[in-house]
Amino acid sequence: MSEREVLELLRENARYSTADIARMTDLEESEVEATIEELEAAGVVRGYQAVVDWDKLEDERVRAEVELNVTLDRETGYDDIAERLARFPQVKALRLISGDYDFDMEVEGDSIREVSQFISEKVAPVPEITQTVTHYVMTSYKENGIELGDGEGDDRLSFSP
Amino acid sequence: MTFELSDRVQAVPPSGIRRFFEIAEERDEVISLGVGEPDFATPWAARDAAITSLEQGKTSYTANRGKRELRESIADYVADRFELGYDPDEEIIVTAGASEAVDLAFRAFVDPGDTVAIAQPSYISYEPGVIFAGGEVLPVPTTKDDEFRLTVEGLEQAGAADADVLVLCYPNNPTGAIMPAEDLEPIADFAREHDLMVFSDEIYAELTYDGEHTSIASFEGMRERTIVFNGFSKAHAMTGLRLGYALGPADAIGAMNKIHQYTMLSAPTTAQYAALEALDSCANDVQEMVDQYDRRRQFVLSRFREIGMDVFEAKGAFYCFPEVPDGFTAEEFAEAVLREQGVAVVPGDVFGDVGEGHLRVSYATGLGDLRQALDRIEAFVDEHV
Ligand SMILES: Cc1ncc(COP(=O)(O)O)c(C=O)c1O
Repeated sequence: MSEREVLELLRENARYSTADIARMTDLEESEVEATIEELEAAGVVRGYQAVVDWDKLEDERVRAEVELNVTLDRETGYDDIAERLARFPQVKALRLISGDYDFDMEVEGDSIREVSQFISEKVAPVPEITQTVTHYVMTSYKENGIELGDGEGDDRLSFSP
Repeated sequence: MTFELSDRVQAVPPSGIRRFFEIAEERDEVISLGVGEPDFATPWAARDAAITSLEQGKTSYTANRGKRELRESIADYVADRFELGYDPDEEIIVTAGASEAVDLAFRAFVDPGDTVAIAQPSYISYEPGVIFAGGEVLPVPTTKDDEFRLTVEGLEQAGAADADVLVLCYPNNPTGAIMPAEDLEPIADFAREHDLMVFSDEIYAELTYDGEHTSIASFEGMRERTIVFNGFSKAHAMTGLRLGYALGPADAIGAMNKIHQYTMLSAPTTAQYAALEALDSCANDVQEMVDQYDRRRQFVLSRFREIGMDVFEAKGAFYCFPEVPDGFTAEEFAEAVLREQGVAVVPGDVFGDVGEGHLRVSYATGLGDLRQALDRIEAFVDEHV
């Protein structure tokens, strides 16, 4: 299952070169290239991004996890509400989830003020939304499977049997 | 006063790895491919079990042979994975690392003057173990042309027919060679024919990337004459927890237990709880680590070939064993690449004379570091070869 393997490697590090991936999977470089192209064309791979530890930058970056409750009527379904919310560039992730609330939304902005304003002015007024609960992110320890912070490095002996 | 060392201790030279360690310590930013232990942490479930056992105050000695529950679990595991049937009451002993099990076996079965044949290149602890027990080492060379597999011709040429014990280690540290069933069978015949005991160190058994691991103890008539060593250090990434075990016929394990009960009493209790959980629920973690090692293995092999260094297809453990370019000894190459490029690898002659001309390169290191290390080795080769 080379697709799966290539995907796993891209998720681990999207900057692995096709040559590196070819070496690790024992595929031809051309096969790796073709597989990635197919995955992109099929919309399986949707993009490539850096995983950033904002705490390491001077720039402030404010993020919030927002719980949304909605009521549906005959004309409006989850997808319609989601489509409307997902268009805002401030919304970094949006998921319909099971449990106590309906949507789980990740919002990003330059300041608490900006994020609050966005939620009160753009999100809360959406007619189907009955409740928003905003949780500001204070510290992020892990993003996209990558642990943030200083890590401990490799303190194994440099030579061992 | 001055301590008068025993002849046995004097007979063992200082470790060949030690000097390199000191050079590496002087340099910043060394990427080490010299390590023989996983870069993964012990699977969380196993760590958690260790913590819980501590919280519950389970900090006393266990039975000398190890917790019965753990021995049962080991028996099930080896039956399931390697078709080995051992009785948890009589035929299994849990030790402080496979290292202790190896040492117990040498002390229990090697008399002064006995000859222990060791397939080489070999893990560095066997030879000192034999010497400490008063025995004599008979190196049995394997070669790159045979993919570092042991052959009957090799055994015959070395004179192993007259030995008392034969030590095997497959998948092998340092070469990464494996011995598939069809290669082991004639070795088993040889051992029976010449009445050799076999010590089979199978600590890397799970780290077999091509096919299934076969234990020599699973051949007809071999169980009676074989001690199998295994442990949790490698596949379960538990080196620091110090837990291993030996499998063998009841009287043999009983003899090892006789030494163990006076020297170690019992293996670390906390580690035994971790190991129980490791066998119980960590097969997926093991598989994930094995998949990672396999990718790194293919990466490293392919890079060495690109660099133009000859390397045979290592199929087990987490080492490969490339040849150094002409004009260098293994030690010269390893030292120069460490001083000039900050990459630590182990010269092959540390693992016996036949290892000369090779390097042991461990890929129990993240891919980012591996890539950089191989780039540096390439730069070194481009400049000097
Ligand atoms: C072949 C072999 N046997 C045994 C050991 C030691 O294992 P343990 O940590 O279980 O003592 C090692 C460690 O490098 C090894 O490579």
